[in-house]
Amino acid sequence: MTMSEADILATFTRILRDLLMDDGIVLKMDTRRPEVPNWDSFAYINFIVAAEGELGIRFNVAEVESFETVGDIVAAAMARLR
Amino acid sequence: MSRNSPAQGFRERLRAVLTTHDDMARLEALRTLSEFTPGHVETIQLDKALAGIDPEVIERRLTRVRVAVLSSCTTNHLAPGLRIAALRRGFFFSVYTGAFAQYRQELLEPTTPLQAFGPEVLVLSLSARALIGTLPVDADREHVEQVLQTEIAEVQGLWEATGKRFGAVVLQQTYMDVFEPVFGSYDRIAAASPARVIDRLNDLLAQAARDSGIALIDAARACARDGLEAWFDSARWLQGKMEIAPQAAYRYGELVARVVAAQRGRSRKCMVFDLDNTLWGGVLGDVGIEGLVLGEGSAVGEAYLELQRYAKRLNERGVILAICSKNDPVIAEQAFSRHPEMVLKHSDIACFVANWHDKAENLRHIAETLNIGLDSLVFVDDNPAERARVREAYPMIAVPELPEDPAHYVHALAHSGYFEAVSFTLEDSARTAAYAANAQREALRSTAQSMDEFLRGLDMEVSCGPVGRLELDRATQLINKTNQFNTTGRRYSVEEVASLAADPDCITLQFRLADRLGDNGLVSVMILRPSAAGATELDIWVMSCRVFGRQLEDAAMNIAVEHLQARGVQTLSARFVPTGRNSVIGDLFRKLSFESIGDDGTAGGQQWQLRVSDYEVRPTHIRRRSVQ
Repeated sequence: MTMSEADILATFTRILRDLLMDDGIVLKMDTRRPEVPNWDSFAYINFIVAAEGELGIRFNVAEVESFETVGDIVAAAMARLR
Repeated sequence: MSRNSPAQGFRERLRAVLTTHDDMARLEALRTLSEFTPGHVETIQLDKALAGIDPEVIERRLTRVRVAVLSSCTTNHLAPGLRIAALRRGFFFSVYTGAFAQYRQELLEPTTPLQAFGPEVLVLSLSARALIGTLPVDADREHVEQVLQTEIAEVQGLWEATGKRFGAVVLQQTYMDVFEPVFGSYDRIAAASPARVIDRLNDLLAQAARDSGIALIDAARACARDGLEAWFDSARWLQGKMEIAPQAAYRYGELVARVVAAQRGRSRKCMVFDLDNTLWGGVLGDVGIEGLVLGEGSAVGEAYLELQRYAKRLNERGVILAICSKNDPVIAEQAFSRHPEMVLKHSDIACFVANWHDKAENLRHIAETLNIGLDSLVFVDDNPAERARVREAYPMIAVPELPEDPAHYVHALAHSGYFEAVSFTLEDSARTAAYAANAQREALRSTAQSMDEFLRGLDMEVSCGPVGRLELDRATQLINKTNQFNTTGRRYSVEEVASLAADPDCITLQFRLADRLGDNGLVSVMILRPSAAGATELDIWVMSCRVFGRQLEDAAMNIAVEHLQARGVQTLSARFVPTGRNSVIGDLFRKLSFESIGDDGTAGGQQWQLRVSDYEVRPTHIRRRSVQ
């Protein structure tokens, strides 16, 4: 199964909506973490854990520290799923 | 790396629950949902939903416990897992998580936030990382032992301080082996290898816990069983000093909540099994006892055997077993007594209910019979419809989802932690056995459609032999103490009984009755001796009141007649001498087809006679076992 950028973005959106219990969340490629209410560092780690688990990939520790936008995370995931 | 799928249908179910405006109903629905969805993200969602419930409703419906987690690592990510595992058991945990590596200060310094929190339960989650870091890998055995003893002594000091300062119950987490091998397999031998250090530490911890009466949270074992990757992730350790990874929070919560529930007497007490395709393969009513899939020879048959063995093991540690099956009761019980591969015996089952009634009502009946709450039951049934019915009728009964493949039944049951224990003594199993046996007789009587069915269900076995040296004391005691079932009221000394037993012209018989509730022991004695008139007389016959109404008198007379026939005796005479206390057997001989031949010369005494050749063997539900 190949996933497109849009698929991954949709998966991330669903995971974050679940984790924060907020169906109003809309993630875009240029969304930054502080722009999403309650997406604190705690929720961020849980998001990474859940995303890794669901996609079956691992992000590098360095990447997790340096992701600026949702698009950065999507790109890192795409690179591993390709 | 394998992929985790989100729990099937959970999203929709949770969203449906959240539309419920009534907090009470929403809380109940969340609790139900918590039973099925133990994953990482689902647990966080449930926790958020729980936070939206009116605290007053929580107070009313759940038992609040203030739980503090102090650790040498980061633990605040564990809180949702703790709260949801608590919810699953009807508790609400107010959770306090200490700051990273501040456990000593928080416990020992005079004013800390922990003091304001006032923990009732204190979880001490310690890592061996620091200790292992200071131990050179070439340290000798004595040095290592000394370091480890010092560590455990310090931990014990913390337990004492916790008790004194907060009056809190301590739950000590075992040390997790999250360290990479240094030597390889030789790690288990090398005194200072991390693996060896952890093993030894946990040994010492267990000893200390036993001595101090402290409960353990065995994260080390869970970690070994679930796999290190389920519990530990070096990235999370580096990123956030979490020795327990976020995806393990719900597993950790389970371990803690089980122990807290067990300490408060909320562990389950009784496992109730369905029969067909649960304890054995196949539908008994269709395939008969011979057609059941059970036992060695087929993988499926062995899977059911494994489940029975597991149930037996639980039973040995005091878990009550019961049966609740839609089946013909007679055939169902026969399967227990006759199928050679059955590991579970009648005597292991405290309450055996096989009928065609609603299972939910049968379960209520089982709980009443055993005199335990519905919330003490775990109901194990392969049929999803029955499970759904029971859950709907009685949500307090635990109804685990069974996997489709019986190969995984044991794992599913063991994994659920329904029977968590915080202690084990010999009395546990003994007490439960007696308790179960009493309840069992009651259960059997009330489920039986008739007396006949009750007796058949008892699965009785009589053993008979002459009164020998071993039986002499008990036989004499029975003769002299028995007032009700006593045909003549004669009394004999041990010597007299011994001489009758040794007399080749006499027949002494002693009877033992066993049933599936246990062995009743030596419960009846007969002495047959030549009378003055040359006939054979039933000199005395006594029977313990414990076994009245069990057809033992019929079985015993059948056996006595066999002995008489073997000796060519034509006629047996018998007397009934009223003693004022034996009226219960006033018509015993009439029932046994003796002929009345008038009074015997004593007040109210009756003389009876039996023509041995005319005797018709009386049908009973008692099997024969001959003891020579």
